[in-house]
Amino acid sequence: MSDLVLTDHPGLDALERGIAAGILAADDEAALEQVRIAALGKKGTVSDLLKSLGAMTPDERKTMGPAINGLRDRVQGLIAARKDTLKAAALAARLAGERVDVTLPVRPAPAEIGRVHPIAQVTEELTAIFADMGFSVAEGPDIETDFHNFTALNFPEGHPAREMHDTFFLPPGEDGQRKVLRTHTSPVQVRTMLAKAPPIRVICPGRTYRCDSDQTHTPMFHQVEGLVIDKTSHMGHLKWILEEFCKAFFEVDRVTMRFRPSFFPFTEPSMEVDIQCDRSRPGEIRFGEGEDWLEILGCGMVHPNVLRNCGIDPDIYQGFAWGMGIDRIAMLKYGMNDLRAFFEADVRWLSHYGFRPLDFPTLAGGLSA
Amino acid sequence: MKFTYSWLQEHLEPTASFEAIVDRLSLIGLEVEGVEDKAKALAPFVVGEVLTAQKHPNADKLKVCTVSIGAGDPIQVVCGAPNARAGLKTVFAAPGTVIPATGTELKIGKIRDVESRGMLCSAREMGLSEEHEGIIELPQDAPVGVPFAQVLGLNDPVVEIAVTPNRADCLGISGIARDLAAARLGDLLAPRIAPVPGTFPSPVNVTLDFGGTPSLCPAFALRVIRGVTNGPSPDWMQEKLRAIGLRPINALVDVTNFLTFDRNRPLHVFDLKKVTGDLVVRRAKTGESLLALDGRTYALDESMCVIADDKGVESLAGIMGGEESGCDAATTDVVIESALWEPINIAQTGRRLGINSDARFRFERGVDPAWMVPGLELATHLILDLCGGAPSEIVLAGAVPDTTRTIDFPLSEVKRLSGLEASEAEIMDVLTRLGFAVSGAAPVVQVVPPSWRGDIEGKADLVEEVVRILGLARVPATEFPREGGGRRPVLTPLQLRTRKARRALAARGMVEAVTWSFLSAKAAALFGGGQPELALSNPIASDLSDMRPSLLPGLIRSAQANADRGTGDVALFEVGQVFAGDRPEDQRMAAAGLRRAAAKPAGAGRFWQGNAGAADAFDAKADALAALAACGAPTANLQVTADAPDWYHPGRSGSFRLGPNVIGTFGEIHPAILEALDATGPLVAFELILDRIPEPKAKPTKVKPPLDLSAFQPVRRDFAFVVGQEVGAADILRAAMGVDRKLIADATVFDLYQGPGIAAEKKSVAIEVVLQPRERTLTDAEIEAVAAKVVAEVAKKTGATLRA
Repeated sequence: MSDLVLTDHPGLDALERGIAAGILAADDEAALEQVRIAALGKKGTVSDLLKSLGAMTPDERKTMGPAINGLRDRVQGLIAARKDTLKAAALAARLAGERVDVTLPVRPAPAEIGRVHPIAQVTEELTAIFADMGFSVAEGPDIETDFHNFTALNFPEGHPAREMHDTFFLPPGEDGQRKVLRTHTSPVQVRTMLAKAPPIRVICPGRTYRCDSDQTHTPMFHQVEGLVIDKTSHMGHLKWILEEFCKAFFEVDRVTMRFRPSFFPFTEPSMEVDIQCDRSRPGEIRFGEGEDWLEILGCGMVHPNVLRNCGIDPDIYQGFAWGMGIDRIAMLKYGMNDLRAFFEADVRWLSHYGFRPLDFPTLAGGLSA
Repeated sequence: MKFTYSWLQEHLEPTASFEAIVDRLSLIGLEVEGVEDKAKALAPFVVGEVLTAQKHPNADKLKVCTVSIGAGDPIQVVCGAPNARAGLKTVFAAPGTVIPATGTELKIGKIRDVESRGMLCSAREMGLSEEHEGIIELPQDAPVGVPFAQVLGLNDPVVEIAVTPNRADCLGISGIARDLAAARLGDLLAPRIAPVPGTFPSPVNVTLDFGGTPSLCPAFALRVIRGVTNGPSPDWMQEKLRAIGLRPINALVDVTNFLTFDRNRPLHVFDLKKVTGDLVVRRAKTGESLLALDGRTYALDESMCVIADDKGVESLAGIMGGEESGCDAATTDVVIESALWEPINIAQTGRRLGINSDARFRFERGVDPAWMVPGLELATHLILDLCGGAPSEIVLAGAVPDTTRTIDFPLSEVKRLSGLEASEAEIMDVLTRLGFAVSGAAPVVQVVPPSWRGDIEGKADLVEEVVRILGLARVPATEFPREGGGRRPVLTPLQLRTRKARRALAARGMVEAVTWSFLSAKAAALFGGGQPELALSNPIASDLSDMRPSLLPGLIRSAQANADRGTGDVALFEVGQVFAGDRPEDQRMAAAGLRRAAAKPAGAGRFWQGNAGAADAFDAKADALAALAACGAPTANLQVTADAPDWYHPGRSGSFRLGPNVIGTFGEIHPAILEALDATGPLVAFELILDRIPEPKAKPTKVKPPLDLSAFQPVRRDFAFVVGQEVGAADILRAAMGVDRKLIADATVFDLYQGPGIAAEKKSVAIEVVLQPRERTLTDAEIEAVAAKVVAEVAKKTGATLRA
């Protein structure tokens, strides 16, 4: 730096070199401030030079003025630059001491821990499918009258079909009518038909009860039934609806279904429906392929006696109904093998088979997406 | 209902294969539950002849045999059976055969150094019986090399079908044959049954005596056969009965069982010598009893129908005969009964006495009334054939009811209800083949159902008959379009709320349970339930006897079960129905949740950033509020009061109120309740009644109200009040907010203090009040004026003083 010519004034050059060396040597902001005061403070070397300008002749001032001002500007620049450098170094040194172990675990979000029960999820899934076909959701009481659960549904008093229902009974009401826990959700159909004139399109999901308990039966379970009443709907429409439902619910492009004649007191003709599937892989069922048949629901044309009992003329109106187990189709779709586990509230089971709260079933996003 | 293929062929000349028949049965409504074909399982077993049998060189009890199975060289087999001897025809299994009894595959092996290339079999090894004293001995004329099953007559598959309650006619094999013939799988064989003329008047008479009460027996026929020889029935009958799971008894009894299954015609036989005087069909008298053929004694009453003689009750009508008048090997004179019974009475009596007999099963579903007398005639034929004897004339009491009815049937009804296209001729043909009498001309014909189809009531039943026989596969799936109009939500507000509450609670880390709707009477009573009208008359277990008044007991029980399995920090919720009474309006939709031990919303248990403490009443409150907010409840108007039902801790619980309505409760569960439920805590919970939340008013538009933002900075002022401990923080906040509803935007509690510096019965509550000016910035004087009003108002409403 000694051979560097800064001004035409060797004295100024020497001063500047000295100050610059001081700035570079300052290794913290306090030392830098000392250098600044020594140069630019009130009694600093550069300040003194600036003051000396007043005593100079105009000629001298003409040459020395720019020289001294230039010196001051450069010193200021050097100090500012040094200051930035020192600040950055100090920040880097501080941050270097502020390290955390980013591999430490964090608490999972509550929404990742909470679960919706498979019955609730599957009920939402099937509601989405039927809502798209124009069905609304009807509900009714679990404690029913004998009339709504049996008589209106064409179960003759004392008939074996009535006995097959393993009914839970409650004491008779004030009117002497026997009360029962509904053995199916069909009384909701009765209540719907009594309350509303056709056309009717509803599904009725809900809890149902039968006094039966073993490996495959629980005293409480869930059913969903559908009901259509208008002037033209027939078994062909019923077939189409059920096929569409099974495709949408099991999320497959095609299903093969087999309709078998059967008997229910409240439908005529009555049918049971099997769905074709592949059960060759242990613990897994695939629909839309395979050689096995699995019974999944019962259905039929609403019996004329039921229509009459609900104040609907069977010569003008007609329609169909179907019913299936929500728990059962949930088990089939999601591969749960023990019905009893649905009601045991074991958090290990619920966490495994339950659904995350933000996994809403939608037709747009895929029901089980 | 079981039948064998050969038995079916006595009523049907098949024009299709056995497999086709089995496949079709299900499709016409006779669901096949199983086909047992012993011939298939026993196919590898063939008849072999032992040519030589010599003592094993290295074992005293073994023999080395050579066996011929016809083709090929004789085969060497080592056998341990004592009866293995030269010349014996027995059963041989070749290597590779799977032995039914053990499931193991037979291999070529050496037994004590002598090679054995197969096995001679005992009945037990083939799963035929428990007999294992020796290998099977077949008749000398058994052809060597043919399948053993064929020799045994086992090549007759047994089919089991499920018969629906409306199809009593198919509880007889002849009825199944008729359906199959209608479906064009064969020709029905229905020879006429010739009446057997009686050769003497019956020595026994019968009267129906219901003494003015409704008759339980429309008609009753009997006849006596004298001089019978009642030994075992012939092999063909025994084989039939065994094949469908019945035990042959003696010829007379076997005939009645045979006709029960062959024709759906249950009959009963009495030993004439054990009958005293005439028979009377009447109601039983209370105090009478019957020792029935099942060896049990049944106490009877007036609701039941019996057949009695001068001694007393001899038979429980239509359900089971009596032991005393039953037929045995010594019987020489027999009374045969063929009768009709009131189906509902049969069902009720059978149910009350717990008797499930083949007769009850048929009479309660309904037998063919027109076949009462022909059934008796056919029984007479069979008994005369098998046992000999001389028949009396028939005695008849009552009258066979005329069930003839005519249904006007528009043939278009088939298409209207089923969508299936069938020609008029096709429809009429199906009905005719099923035994319906069809008259008149299209489009509306007159149809008379046959006497055996008591289930046919009207047009819809006829449509079912046509469609099931023509095949449901012919019904075309037909698109079902939506009804016109716009897309409207299909869920009711309550249904939507139920869903939202569920998702909100799950999003707070709680797991949804579905617990029983019923619980123990004790648990119900602890939670305000236990009303007599909510107690089940026939609970499945004593701890599942009463409809639940609350979701909490079920959740507490579940939480404890999880704790017992090792998960103590558990957060559960349920959304479901609770019952305050037995009327529909007493059923409410509730949402409840609980947190046990350290199941905090932010996470349970120990953690490096700090362990979760015990969940407290405020966690339960926050859960409840989250659900309420998700349901769209007007939470701003919600009041929280320090009163809660007595299943909560009295000091750490509260209620949510909207006006006069309590819409929920929350808090710590009372320790005494936990103890009574055999549960441990600590446990905090809440329960909301979702249908008590008022429904939002329908709005004409979906447009949200305009956003109102102030251009001026809000001002925050803090106040620390000292108040009595009984004062609610909400009262302080409400008082502060009430000072100037326009200016004061919010007030919150930021500190709560009790301890040194504050009197023992007092607490310090520090609140922050937010002032939001709208038109201009507030001056200091204005702010001070509002602050002074806040202090004065809070002091007035709560007795608070500013903390020094």
